[in-house]
Amino acid sequence: MSDRYSGVNEKQPLLPDESGHFGIYGGKFVSETLMAALDDLENEYSRLKVDENFLATLNSDLEHYVGRASSLYHAQRLTEAAGGAQIWLKREDLNHTGAHKINNCIGQAILAKHMGKPRIIAETGAGQHGVAAATVAARFGLSCCVYMGSEDIERQSHNVYRMKLLGAEVVPVTSGSKTLKDALNEAMRDWVTNIDDTHYIIGTVAGPHPYPMIVRDFQAVIGREAKQQFASRQGGLPDAVVACVGGGSNAMGIFYPFLDDQDVRLVGVEAGGSGIASGQHAAPLTAGEVGVLHGNRTYLMQDKNGLIAETHSISAGLDYPGVGPEHAWLKDIKRAEYVAVTDQEALAAFRQLNLLEGILPALESSHALAYAMQLAASLPVEQHIIVNLSGRGDKDVPTMAKIDGISID
Amino acid sequence: MSRLSSKADLLRDLGKKALVTYIVAGDPDQSVTVPLMHKLVAAGVDVIELGVPFSDPEAEGPVIQRAHERALRAGTSLLDVMQLVAEFRNLDQATPVVLMGYLNPIEKMGYENFAQQASKCGIDGTIIVNLPPEEAADLSRYLEQHDIESVYLLAPTTTPERAAGISSRSRGFVYYVSLKGTTGAGSLNTAEVSGKVRAMKKIVKMPLYVGFGIKNGVTAAAVAHESDGVVVGSAIVDYMAFHENNIGELETSVVTLVQEIRSALDALVA
Ligand SMILES: Cc1ncc(COP(=O)(O)O)c(C=O)c1O
Repeated sequence: MSDRYSGVNEKQPLLPDESGHFGIYGGKFVSETLMAALDDLENEYSRLKVDENFLATLNSDLEHYVGRASSLYHAQRLTEAAGGAQIWLKREDLNHTGAHKINNCIGQAILAKHMGKPRIIAETGAGQHGVAAATVAARFGLSCCVYMGSEDIERQSHNVYRMKLLGAEVVPVTSGSKTLKDALNEAMRDWVTNIDDTHYIIGTVAGPHPYPMIVRDFQAVIGREAKQQFASRQGGLPDAVVACVGGGSNAMGIFYPFLDDQDVRLVGVEAGGSGIASGQHAAPLTAGEVGVLHGNRTYLMQDKNGLIAETHSISAGLDYPGVGPEHAWLKDIKRAEYVAVTDQEALAAFRQLNLLEGILPALESSHALAYAMQLAASLPVEQHIIVNLSGRGDKDVPTMAKIDGISID
Repeated sequence: MSRLSSKADLLRDLGKKALVTYIVAGDPDQSVTVPLMHKLVAAGVDVIELGVPFSDPEAEGPVIQRAHERALRAGTSLLDVMQLVAEFRNLDQATPVVLMGYLNPIEKMGYENFAQQASKCGIDGTIIVNLPPEEAADLSRYLEQHDIESVYLLAPTTTPERAAGISSRSRGFVYYVSLKGTTGAGSLNTAEVSGKVRAMKKIVKMPLYVGFGIKNGVTAAAVAHESDGVVVGSAIVDYMAFHENNIGELETSVVTLVQEIRSALDALVA
């Protein structure tokens, strides 16, 4: 965590600002009971992020427990199939527990330990963050409760059982749309009730300040490694970096160390569901409006009365109506581009990566892959694209089998 | 001075405890709200808090979450809530009405537009659960221009320094949230709440009302010993859920509860 973000150019201040804003985005839109806990968390984090013991513990676990650095793989057969720029995969799928989520969970579990909180809670959509939270809870001897929408519990039953094996309690959430946003509401309700002994590990770069900053900092290891690996393998900088965006943590993690490198295109890929025109999607940056949800101001999907809209995506991890506030800001200042990829395009990329590279990607990551292949096709072969392969797709095998009409139970 | 501040100051000068009640506008449907508001006033309510239904009421417990869901199923929007208040004002120009809700519907409507319309409809104040004073500067400016008062909340976790800042920004009254938790949560330790309220009263220079966990005359009286008033929400909304399909029963049971609490509060100062 040594290379702090110094702004898009020298004139830009370090973000977020003191009150937790990225331009007009971010902030702390929470009930009064939580304000003190957010202040404590911010103070503790500012102290620990420069504390040598903390950094040593974190880095040691990232290496020996998570298995970092994750590799940067040149996907030559995929590149050939796309027919253009070189495609490189940052293999977050190879991390312990199978996704980038563990990077953040390790950091926050150590934070919780330092704050003397014996209990952690988390929300989860695909179950990857829930599994990562349950994992670090076991690793650090914390008790763990995971909130998950009842609809997602059905879609991701494999991960639900994994969390139980890890000793976590999984609480089904049946309010609202019964997906990730409702799980987040329920986790906030738990936190407000059990604030004295509980740390809430938000799984993405959303929520009230300081969460978007903390989660970004813990995920930035992805971009730091990718940058070094690319420089030593290929030399120089890639031409583009592509990542899927649910709440935005894997994207923010890989983008962050490249923000000052203006020649590197940063592309976030949202879930286009059945297509933007259909209205059945989860693409707030592509087709949403500015509003306030889950503690921050950002782009979100809402109806004409300001009620949060239901989202649609084949991938549970992208099925969220908001997005981290730093992405909202990067979109507005045009430092990053945001596009959407449909369910069908993501499924096609999922199959291609299996067949061409022998890699089973998560459906979330397949959105990034799908767009990267389109982008590669439009660029010359001497150019290079790094795709954040945020997770592996074991959890999605039942969904795929169902689509293919195959019974695997 | 607005209806809200005048009422709160008057009650304090008279040495009367304030009774504030919360219902969600449009619960179980919009035809119920205005007649019930009049009945609440007749039963002795001083200030009406009207919940604005939202899709993601993150600070509410299950009872009030479901009320939001019922009101949304009945198609109640922020604009509808304001129109219900305008209708209430046809017969009652005296009772303060405060909207309580979440920021996003107001953001969507636009701050200036909201302030204008709310004032036209006879709304006196707002309590926005997820808008701490730090984030409220823009909205407050428009609300002040239209004489709408912002009520802020204090919690058991609020530090004395913060409490001083919050109470200096709050208008009408300050709302003390009695417990760590969501609305309708568990049981209230009234002795502990009284201790906290006593400490807060040293900092807060305006009427301090206590809400969360007040279920009947006994808890209301216990809490009102130290505070200037009480806010009752989930206990009322619970009856509304129970009698959702029988509006006559709904009104009777709510009025009976409110009368019980009113008497308990009045007995304290008699
Ligand atoms: C593999 C994978 N990628 C991406 C995401 C989306 O989250 P974020 O946008 O925060 O990276 C998830 C969320 O569950 C995930 O499991």
